[in-house]
Amino acid sequence: MTQASGPRVALFVTCLVDAMRPRIGFAAIRVLEEAGCVVEVPEAQTCCGQPAFNSGDDADTKALARQVISVFDGYDHVVVPSGSCAGTIAHGYPELLADDPVWGPRAKALAGKTREILSFLVDVMGYRPEGRSLPASATYHDSCSGLREMGVKAQPRALLAGIDGLEMRPLEGAEVCCGFGGTFCVKYPAISNGIVGEKAAAIEATGADLLLAGDLGCLMNMAGKLHREGSKVRCFHTVEVVAGMADGPAIGEAE
Amino acid sequence: MSDAPHAEAEAPDFKTRAGIALADRTLKIAIDRTTNTAETKRAAAVGAFPEFEAARERGRAIKDHVIANLGHYLETFERNATASGAKVHWAADDAEARAIVVRLCREAGARSVTRSKSMLGEEIGLPDALAEAGIERVETDLAEHIIQLAGEHPSHIIWPAMHRTREQVADLFREGHVPPPSAEDPGSMVRSARRVLREKFLGADVGISGANFLIADTGATCTVTNEGNAELTTTPPRVHIVTAGIEKLVPSTAHAFALLRLLVRSATGGEMTQYTTFHRGPKRPGDADGPEEMHIVLVDNGRSRMLGDEFRDMLRCIRCGACMNHCVVYRQIGGHAYGGTYPGPMGAVLTPVLDGLAKSRDLPFACTMNGRCAEVCPVRIPLPTLLRAWRGRSWRENLEPRAMRAGLGLWAWVARRPRLYRLASGLGVRALRLMGKGGWVGSVPLAGGWTAYRDLPRPSGKTFMEQYRGGRK
Repeated sequence: MTQASGPRVALFVTCLVDAMRPRIGFAAIRVLEEAGCVVEVPEAQTCCGQPAFNSGDDADTKALARQVISVFDGYDHVVVPSGSCAGTIAHGYPELLADDPVWGPRAKALAGKTREILSFLVDVMGYRPEGRSLPASATYHDSCSGLREMGVKAQPRALLAGIDGLEMRPLEGAEVCCGFGGTFCVKYPAISNGIVGEKAAAIEATGADLLLAGDLGCLMNMAGKLHREGSKVRCFHTVEVVAGMADGPAIGEAE
Repeated sequence: MSDAPHAEAEAPDFKTRAGIALADRTLKIAIDRTTNTAETKRAAAVGAFPEFEAARERGRAIKDHVIANLGHYLETFERNATASGAKVHWAADDAEARAIVVRLCREAGARSVTRSKSMLGEEIGLPDALAEAGIERVETDLAEHIIQLAGEHPSHIIWPAMHRTREQVADLFREGHVPPPSAEDPGSMVRSARRVLREKFLGADVGISGANFLIADTGATCTVTNEGNAELTTTPPRVHIVTAGIEKLVPSTAHAFALLRLLVRSATGGEMTQYTTFHRGPKRPGDADGPEEMHIVLVDNGRSRMLGDEFRDMLRCIRCGACMNHCVVYRQIGGHAYGGTYPGPMGAVLTPVLDGLAKSRDLPFACTMNGRCAEVCPVRIPLPTLLRAWRGRSWRENLEPRAMRAGLGLWAWVARRPRLYRLASGLGVRALRLMGKGGWVGSVPLAGGWTAYRDLPRPSGKTFMEQYRGGRK
């Protein structure tokens, strides 16, 4: 498949990647292009609206949903480097707009072509990283929305298995929430801290050099806790490793 | 102090209760012991039951069918229960349910009643109502016996005393049993409880039980236990009173068994409870034993209102407790911190129904939306969706703090204007960058909740969009 004939893929960067770690967006573009996609980044995108959605502010969420639908529904696929934001588009929008005769069907149509990036690469594009090597040990945390809403489980592991020298170590309780929960960690910081404290201990217990996951919110939570506890574990988004960009700074390392 | 009621149960607001619970390391040990075992055993039981997914689907369908035809099944149950010789009473709310039970106890001249574990009894406030009526109440479930000695409420719907370690229970028994247990190993403590309770079983005037199922086509009620205490509660006394929520109906015994296969595996990881008993009417001529009167109090208490709103799916709940066993929040704070009758995810959905949203609006927000509760729910209740529905109501009813509403409103207003949003996020990122050194930011105004416990990665400088447009693609 040549680039010109590949599917037209819109990258939904996510507000968190946009502000906090642009490298994830560039890693996404790199692998999507390697996989044969024609990648576009629509300029009119901002946020999927999840903070409003999870706060019960349905009116604002609907307004943002309509904006996202308008900007993204002309593409073959919408790909998101976050299971959580992808889940909001794929499940939240159709639920919220179900009774809307105009936007309901459009939300459903967009939901049908919205994917989390690692599952898209494997399930849709049949992508395998080639010639990538990373001499390190790593453990992987299954971010909840990716796992339970977007069916992300085997795909990142399959991609990581294709990287030379990377030794994967199983994480005890890999499917247990890290305690981020978006607004939850701000509303109930002490409870969130208890949860992420247990997660950080489980990560440390693997003895791995790297922690990988597919959602920047969860990664910031775990990386922030690990750093506060004095851990040496370095944290990356899985797509950075797949794109061969784990030679750069980890989350929380100066550029 | 091991035998004082847990302080978190008394504090006025959720955050305070949660904070007290988080500081209690003994509580955390107790929670971990029980929930880890429950999780492991459930996983093994489900793994050994290849048709589990089909059984869940059937369980969901049975409950949905009953909920859709509730009037029909209630009438059928009443007719058949009455024909069996039981008397059916209807209670619209908790106050009416309490009044009926207390009246029945008084009519029976009861001085002492035994009670087998029933969360509905807790929901309607029966323990306090009996105390106010001057009637001695004897909890016969071992865990309920423990919390009765401690003067507490259940912290879990399956293991009411799960917040207490063995060591704390040994203290309670030493002080509460006369004579005290001969030793503090579990065997000796159980023997001591059996000795204390056995006298009470035989001396009770009324036995009060709940029901796991109400069987419409026979008019029977069904209780399941692992201790046999329900049988000793419902058989020797002259009067047996059942209190049950109207959502406990199933069409037939076969349907009850279909749900039992889900309930037991999801609750304890067993295949079957030790005791599964169907109670159908009072003692008949020729019966060796049984009560002279059987009363069934059917309690609505908000349930029929749920039929018509977005919480209807919650009526499927069979009270297995799997959602709380698998909840990261419950596993940090335990059940008392929730402050309602029912804790954990199912409690966070039900407590606003029972106690009002204004008093309990913190609960639907005390959830990370990770979806594990729905993943393990044996009747596929979309718990995160229902919790989000409460959040929506709380927002619409103006119960959320003004600062939160204003902040989120402003953010959403900006997010709908992409060019302004770019400008704002670019400035925000630069401001955040100025607050840190190296790769991290140690403290951030308005984000103290985050930085109290963890560091915040320092943004790399320019936003993705700025870099992308700048041609670094």
